[in-house]
Amino acid sequence: MIDAVKLLQLLESDCTLKNDQLAAMLGVTEAQVEEAIQKLREEHIILGKQAVIDWDRTQREAVTALIEVKVTPQRGEGFDRIAERIYQYDEVESVYLMSGAYDLTVIISGRSLKEVAHFVGEKLAVIEDVTGTATHFILRKYKEKHIIFEKRPEQEKEWIFV
Amino acid sequence: MDFCIMDYQNILSRRVQDIQPSGIRKFFDLLENLDGAISLGVGEPDFVTPWHIRDAGIYSLEKGFTKYTSNAGMVALRREISAYLERRFDLRYDYKSQLIVTVGGSEAIDMAMRALLDPGDEVIIPVPSFVCYPPLAEMTGARAVLVETRVEDGFKLTPELLEKHLTDKTKLIVLPYPCNPTGGIMEKEDYDALARVLRDTDVMLLSDEIYAELTYGQKHYSPANHPGLHDRTILVNGFSKSHAMTGWRMGYVAGPAPVIGQMLKLHQFGIMSAPTTSQYAAIEAMKNGDVDIERMRDEYDGRRRYLVEGLRRAGLPCEEPKGAFYVFPDIRGTGLSSDEFCERFLMERKVAVISGTAFGPGGEGFVRCCYAVSMQSLSEALNRLDRFLADIHYERRDP
Repeated sequence: MIDAVKLLQLLESDCTLKNDQLAAMLGVTEAQVEEAIQKLREEHIILGKQAVIDWDRTQREAVTALIEVKVTPQRGEGFDRIAERIYQYDEVESVYLMSGAYDLTVIISGRSLKEVAHFVGEKLAVIEDVTGTATHFILRKYKEKHIIFEKRPEQEKEWIFV
Repeated sequence: MDFCIMDYQNILSRRVQDIQPSGIRKFFDLLENLDGAISLGVGEPDFVTPWHIRDAGIYSLEKGFTKYTSNAGMVALRREISAYLERRFDLRYDYKSQLIVTVGGSEAIDMAMRALLDPGDEVIIPVPSFVCYPPLAEMTGARAVLVETRVEDGFKLTPELLEKHLTDKTKLIVLPYPCNPTGGIMEKEDYDALARVLRDTDVMLLSDEIYAELTYGQKHYSPANHPGLHDRTILVNGFSKSHAMTGWRMGYVAGPAPVIGQMLKLHQFGIMSAPTTSQYAAIEAMKNGDVDIERMRDEYDGRRRYLVEGLRRAGLPCEEPKGAFYVFPDIRGTGLSSDEFCERFLMERKVAVISGTAFGPGGEGFVRCCYAVSMQSLSEALNRLDRFLADIHYERRDP
């Protein structure tokens, strides 16, 4: 029997692990891994596989903003429908429902400050039931998905026999 | 200066001069000058010490806690170690009289030897095993009796082997389990058998349990857990392997109060006290580090399975290692000696593994591969192994 949680943890930490590696690490056959991954995809548990990229080290201009959004929830649908209206925009990276002072966190990325401002002013703020927004620009990313962006210095290699 | 009036060879201790330096240095020199080499040679965690532990060390420096501690180590740390040994291994030691915090497990091994051995005594050392035991034993004037364990026995010290080498001069038996380099372990039944052999003797046991947290599939069993062996066991452990703290040099020794009392004298005069910053970090490791141990062990376990399967698939038989972070495959089928295998694998395919002969007699025919490296490195090393073995196979086909 394959340990699905373990499999998911391995894939979450490194989605480039190949099926034969996963199989050996989990003590099962490659076919079992393949089948399990297929099933997890169908069940919508594995949603995708992505690389973590530090765009700041590239030529590409990119601006990311975190927007606090206050909304009026709707009868019967709560926040889901408004969230859906927001997350369908391509520029929206993430949407989370929050507890506390505001309702939704929306993370969006654009090519420029102007583009982000345009999105907030023209698309987000005008949605019916959105009662307020506060936009925070992300100045620098230090860590994402457990990965540290800074190149860490390595200790000088000393070969000692242990 | 052109000439020297000192005849150092005559001055230096005979015993020290008789210690042979490890041949492995030459091998590391080769490795150092190779670009793109993958090393499965170094026996050390590839993890950095978890941040909360590092942070505790840093905090202690910020607060200015830079003085000596008590000789045996901070009371707070000894209490924590005592609680840890009970929590994790079901062992009970009095932190006041049965525990010393040492500079790595190595210092503890050295002190235990010096506290117990007189010239002429014999120390039974199962090999292949880590290289420090014979020279440290011999520095006391005792004789190191190397006992070759066998792959068929899972590299355990069997009662037959013990009986064969036990004499009335035997003072101490080293138990290096979980074992570097073989990955072998000893279980309760194995100690039952040893306890029967030792029943009417005064022979002491030095149990080096530095890899105790790294066992796979079964919990570590210490000879100190065994009712018939507890009182003759000196237990050595430390933070290097369990908490990825090699550079902090934090170890400890636990055992019968009369033995620990004598060792404390050696420690007091030779060391004073273990590094204070490291002790503060170690307190944090003991208090909140169990999750780190499990996280790293899980990670090692995955790599272990992958490497074992890869080696077997490549055609190198290996015992499933049940502890530590090494696989010790049998390379006799290649027709090469262990030293040849390692040198050629490094020079031709740029992968470093350590010859079994570096770990004493009985290591010939085997090499040690450390899997405390990334999956990418393991995967690439296995690819290169396939090519290397294909070359050798080709050579042998047509002599």
